[in-house]
Amino acid sequence: MKKIASYPDSLTEKHFHYCPGCTHGTVHRLIAEIMDELDIREETIGVAPVGCAVLAYEYFDCDMHEASHGRAPAVATGIKRVHPDKVVFTYQGDGDLASIGTAEIVHAANRGENITTVFINNAIYGMTGGQMAPTTLEGQKTTTSPYGRNLKEAGNPIKMTEMLSALDGPSYIARVSVHTPKHIRKAKKALKKAFQRQLDGRGFTLIEVLSTCPTNWGITPKDALNWLEEYMMPVYPLGDLKDIEEVE
Amino acid sequence: MHEEIIMAGFGGQGIMSIGQLLAYSGMIKGLDVSWMPSYGPEMRGGTANCTVIVSDSRIASPLTSKPDSVIVMNLPSQDKFSPKVKEGGLVVTNSSLIDKEVEREDLEVIKVPANEIANELGNTRVANMIMLGAYLARKEIIDLDTVKESLTSVLPERHHDLIPLNEKALDRGFELVNEEVTV
Amino acid sequence: MAERVLMKGNEAIGEAAIRAGCRYFFGYPITPQNDIPAYMSRELPKHDGVFLQAESEVAASNMVYGAAGSGARVLTSSSSPGISLKAEGLSYIAGAELPCVVVNIMRCGPGLGGIQPSQGDYFQATKGMAHGDFHLIVYAPSTVQELVDLTYKAFDTADRYRNPVMVLGDGMLGQMMEPVEFMEPLDPADLPKKEWATDGAKGRDTNVINSLALAPEELEAMNKKLENKYKKVKANEVMHEEYRMEDAEIAVVAYGTSARISIKAIDMARERGIKVGLIRPITLYPFPEKEVAATCDQIKKYLTVEMSTGQMIEDVRLAVNGRRPVEFFGRLGVVFEAEEVLERLIAMGGEIQ
Repeated sequence: MKKIASYPDSLTEKHFHYCPGCTHGTVHRLIAEIMDELDIREETIGVAPVGCAVLAYEYFDCDMHEASHGRAPAVATGIKRVHPDKVVFTYQGDGDLASIGTAEIVHAANRGENITTVFINNAIYGMTGGQMAPTTLEGQKTTTSPYGRNLKEAGNPIKMTEMLSALDGPSYIARVSVHTPKHIRKAKKALKKAFQRQLDGRGFTLIEVLSTCPTNWGITPKDALNWLEEYMMPVYPLGDLKDIEEVE
Repeated sequence: MHEEIIMAGFGGQGIMSIGQLLAYSGMIKGLDVSWMPSYGPEMRGGTANCTVIVSDSRIASPLTSKPDSVIVMNLPSQDKFSPKVKEGGLVVTNSSLIDKEVEREDLEVIKVPANEIANELGNTRVANMIMLGAYLARKEIIDLDTVKESLTSVLPERHHDLIPLNEKALDRGFELVNEEVTV
Repeated sequence: MAERVLMKGNEAIGEAAIRAGCRYFFGYPITPQNDIPAYMSRELPKHDGVFLQAESEVAASNMVYGAAGSGARVLTSSSSPGISLKAEGLSYIAGAELPCVVVNIMRCGPGLGGIQPSQGDYFQATKGMAHGDFHLIVYAPSTVQELVDLTYKAFDTADRYRNPVMVLGDGMLGQMMEPVEFMEPLDPADLPKKEWATDGAKGRDTNVINSLALAPEELEAMNKKLENKYKKVKANEVMHEEYRMEDAEIAVVAYGTSARISIKAIDMARERGIKVGLIRPITLYPFPEKEVAATCDQIKKYLTVEMSTGQMIEDVRLAVNGRRPVEFFGRLGVVFEAEEVLERLIAMGGEIQ
């Protein structure tokens, strides 16, 4: 009988601590599968963020480095400059990347730092208990926007991926989602392309992944998948935002 | 021997360079030396000064409140530093730009028309070397040849074509004082 | 004897770091330490090294975190306000037990303050750098030669204890030129491999660089481990120097530039028959506590001299522990002159008689 799926070598045996219905686990698995397929587990150093994925170093079976909140691209820069022949990725949430770490991500991208960033956008702070994120939608209720996000007071949902696409440094930037099997397959394709770009030395790559947070959104996992499609996708449209063959 | 000198002038008059040149020359003579600049925005276009100490024993503080000598290339510098000179100390002053007398009877004052001589030599920028030459003629803490030899190490390479001119300027300053003494 | 070269303090730091096998520098411009990044940007490429001007001090210290975690000898430098921004990275680096060297060429604060030399960051360097129970090991050089020697040594100490080491100078020391001799350069390839570094898990178990310990017992164990390390540092790494202390009745305690000005004042006081000497801490953390305490039987009065409003004096008082009076002299913004210290010593000498 032909084996069509197995547990990725690049994931440890550790059980995820993520809530039911959270899509972090799906994205972790995709990254692990890609490390297996590209045979880079022993060549890869991952940088874990501060946020729900703070314990990512317990799940990825490759060398892992902690970063303080938002600074993963700076830490990854330090690692990559010492080991330019290794694969370095950061795994960051929306609070980490789009709020406290805006300077670090912008400048790492602008330098064309040859690293890959996986950006999980679930429109809310998860780890700290459901506060408003920079990517929180208009009218979305959180513990710090109890009446719904008011754009006049709290500004607009920030579109990091579009912003970063305007820079000259990045080689490949895309937005994907993981709320259906079809979208998961597309997400994996984009992630793999990003890692391959890094292996080819073509500079900065970033994949934004629209994700769910049923616990802090206060809905069931199934409803969360629908909510993502109905409310997030119109604000954060999917697709390749930047794709250039060569970075000068 | 322990000599504390403050050199001062406008930014761009080459004050820092003659300070470094003197410190470097002292070092290759086996002496202890220190060079301490004023730093910050005042360097850009304003007054600049540095303190050089040359000593045959370990230099404690690189600063001085009572220098043995001062080399002043503009009026604000003369006004600021000549009152600080040790009793009976030396002021080498740039008489091309300063016509005010030093207001102390106890000091030895050497007036050097540094800009005029530099213009005669064809480059105003070597006025600093004329001042240093004059100082060295009076205070023989380091011989002139050693100072000339040090030019290659202290001047940036892009200015090495100007070394003969700098040597000439040192000589002119040195001779000026020696002539005065002879007269 | 190696050749003597005349060098600016800041540039000498850069050269010493390169000779210590440092090939990575991450920093951000700030006066009066700008000659360090300028030197590194010029010299590191000649040694196949990396100079990177970061987008901020915060980013720079986190780049240092990554480079240190990857096993490299790495340097960053700044001046006071910039060090405040580096604090975050330094706490993580200490928590994750990584070696690195950070230079602070102090200027006068607080806030933007000014660019004049100062010793106002003593508390920050030795006690309150950032959140959590950790210490930097802090060297306080007082000459350009010592800047060289201690910067070189700092990399070894950092590696030995897996802890960040700070070289604490001031604007005066950084800007002045003095003759220096350099040690033979070290080839980073000859340094022992750091088995714990995140450089790819080729044929080994994975490495994790981390300062997170969510379980209470784990968290306590992590801090106990650090505490034990600092005990070892205190037992083994204290450095100090004494000057004219043999028959002294008054002891000046001063470090760095203040110590140099104090030596001049002490020599002048001695000419006036005042029996005064100097205790100069070379490590500020660990502070030479026992060494100061050991002088209490002989010394009648202490004078702490700092370019601050009085910070190290607290450590001197703790060491003296009430047995003798400890006085203070200091100025900030303006660098004091030896004569001012002398005046104070004359007054103290008179009181003793």
